[in-house]
Amino acid sequence: MKKFQIISMLAIVLLLAGFTSCKPKDADIQKAVETAIAANPDAADVVATVEKGVVTLTGEVKDEAASVAINGIAAGVKNVKSVVNDLTIAPPVVSAVDSAIQEGLVDALKDHSSVNATVLDGVITLTGEITKADLPKLMQKVNALKPVKIDNQLTVK
Amino acid sequence: MTLKEKYQPIIDAATQAGANLQVTEQNDVLYIQGEVPSGAVKDKLWEVYGSIDPTFSAGDLVLDVNAAVAEGGKVRVITKQSNLNIRKGPGTDQPIVGKAAKDEIITLVSKSNDQWWLVRTNDGEEGYSYAAYLEPLA
Repeated sequence: MKKFQIISMLAIVLLLAGFTSCKPKDADIQKAVETAIAANPDAADVVATVEKGVVTLTGEVKDEAASVAINGIAAGVKNVKSVVNDLTIAPPVVSAVDSAIQEGLVDALKDHSSVNATVLDGVITLTGEITKADLPKLMQKVNALKPVKIDNQLTVK
Repeated sequence: MTLKEKYQPIIDAATQAGANLQVTEQNDVLYIQGEVPSGAVKDKLWEVYGSIDPTFSAGDLVLDVNAAVAEGGKVRVITKQSNLNIRKGPGTDQPIVGKAAKDEIITLVSKSNDQWWLVRTNDGEEGYSYAAYLEPLA
């Protein structure tokens, strides 16, 4: 009887040991996740930590699309149960205010009566015509207004 | 070719002149921003830009560089031929309080507004002038 008990206990211990060794280690998962996301150029500042198979992503990425993409990569790694996405989106390089640009354009175009300009979402669109000599002068003034983009459709005379 | 490669000659010219500009790319537009040592360096960068994109129409670069000038420093009036208006406040809607002649050298009082600098003429008239017509003296 005692012998049977010992054997069964041994079996349980072996079973447990076997189970534990099969269970994926967090450190291994972390390594796998790090390798996987390293392939994404937007993930340079991303840090992945793993606890009980749950991956937590922290750091800064350039936009929402990059955040979703990196989250997807991490979720696709073997043995990852779930992903907590704590990634932050980098602030935009330029945060243009149309009204401020509009105001600046009035002054910038004062000496260029043949030029028209509109602004929408920080993008300045220039239309009309200008002399070759005046073009760089106008462009310097317009570039100084901190636009998101300049869409120059001017005809150079 | 990446945008940075396309406009590398501008960045190189700035580095050569000792300016350390901020270069960032976002949504297919390259932003080169910062301060350069003089108006001549700024002109040089624009010349290089013009050699890369003669019509400035590619729509993939915002070149926003300013010549460094200390408040209290001297600036030259670089209007085409007319006098430069000096106004009560920052904006063309402000009343004119004085004028500075083309090529006159006047004093920069404050740059608190990016586009409109507070200046003082040699006659002591003080007011705001459009910064694009003022060239800092190195």
